[in-house]
Amino acid sequence: MNTVVVAQLQRQFQEYLVSLYQQGFLDNQFTELRKLQDEGTPDFVAEVVSLFFDDCSKLINSMSRSLGRPESVDFKQVDSGVHQLKGSSSSVGARRVKNVCISFKECCDVQNREGCLRCLQQVDYEYKMLKTKLEDLFNLEQQILQAGGTIPQININ
Amino acid sequence: MARDGGVSCLRSSETMRVGIGGMESPPLDLDDVHVLAVDDSLVDRIVIERLLRITSCKVTAVDSGWRALEFLGLDNEKASAELDRLKVDLIITDYCMPGMTGYELLKKIKESSSFRQVPVVIMSSENVLTRIDRCLEEGAEDFLLKPVKLADVKRLRSSLTRDVKLSNANKRKLPEDSVPVNTSLPPPPSPFTISPDSSDSSPPSTISPESSDSSPPLSPVEIFSSPLSSLLDDEDDDVLPSSPESSPAPEESPVRRQKMGSPGLD
Repeated sequence: MNTVVVAQLQRQFQEYLVSLYQQGFLDNQFTELRKLQDEGTPDFVAEVVSLFFDDCSKLINSMSRSLGRPESVDFKQVDSGVHQLKGSSSSVGARRVKNVCISFKECCDVQNREGCLRCLQQVDYEYKMLKTKLEDLFNLEQQILQAGGTIPQININ
Repeated sequence: MARDGGVSCLRSSETMRVGIGGMESPPLDLDDVHVLAVDDSLVDRIVIERLLRITSCKVTAVDSGWRALEFLGLDNEKASAELDRLKVDLIITDYCMPGMTGYELLKKIKESSSFRQVPVVIMSSENVLTRIDRCLEEGAEDFLLKPVKLADVKRLRSSLTRDVKLSNANKRKLPEDSVPVNTSLPPPPSPFTISPDSSDSSPPSTISPESSDSSPPLSPVEIFSSPLSSLLDDEDDDVLPSSPESSPAPEESPVRRQKMGSPGLD
């Protein structure tokens, strides 16, 4: 094991993870998820967020259909979708996605179709952005493990 | 995790089984705390299942109130003398679910003679006091605000074993007035005792559907059995049954957890 390489990768990992919190992509609940991961379950976080992203895609598609025709918007269905999205984003610590859902719900409550469409677009953007960021993070994790190192546990305040 | 808590769970489950038609139960694993988790969100089910497994619980996760009732054998009308009761030590359910809400599920469980003693915990993403009050009034053991954290589940787990221990030590007394045996705790919360004579050896006094099948059909559910939990080096280590006032998780807010008469824990 090349300890210099491992140390370098670990530092990179740490800096990247911290930056994700600082830029508001992640919140404390992501830290909580990381607590649930150990050597026996090294892919736990990756699996959960993967399910989350699948959820996002599915819900966004169905809400898009519901918002599709201006004369027959099913706001109840949209509201249900937003509720689910807000719940799961909150559970994985996807802070930006969750925040868009808050605005999204408000648009839904007043049956503002235009507002809903904007939020839908934004939530789509945010989840895809997060997905890319986390892919990079998990890549770094893999590199650390392959170099024989361990994933640092990082305390984020 | 405190191993001695497992003894209480064993006794409580033996107790539950003995009362129900005197069925011979196989020797139970001392750490065999079985939790039924109910949530329509797959992501949340995975997370709660992991949280529970990490605190050495066996978990059955279902996606709706109906499946929960099905699993418990409460979904049909017939009552039968021969009942093979499931050992369920805790039911934790989301509040907002399509079809049957967590509140409706809570009511059905509390109406059933076989499972009314099982503590039910409600989870919700919304901190609505009327909702919380309603659930607690209906007999919910606790109310957790989502997203659920490891500290929440650890606390649940430790109060589960502690209260069962206390109630078993005071089996003949009324649960609310029971005097703590070896701690300085105030009386444990009332809904949360398991006493032998309320298990199902007599006809149900309330009209509610009861199980008749020897083993309830398991619809697609996820069943996770946990090995012994890994010891987590976590700063929120308030699991010790004898020291309930040990440091609460720093990030908690007062409204986070509403519990009736909770001794010492926030």
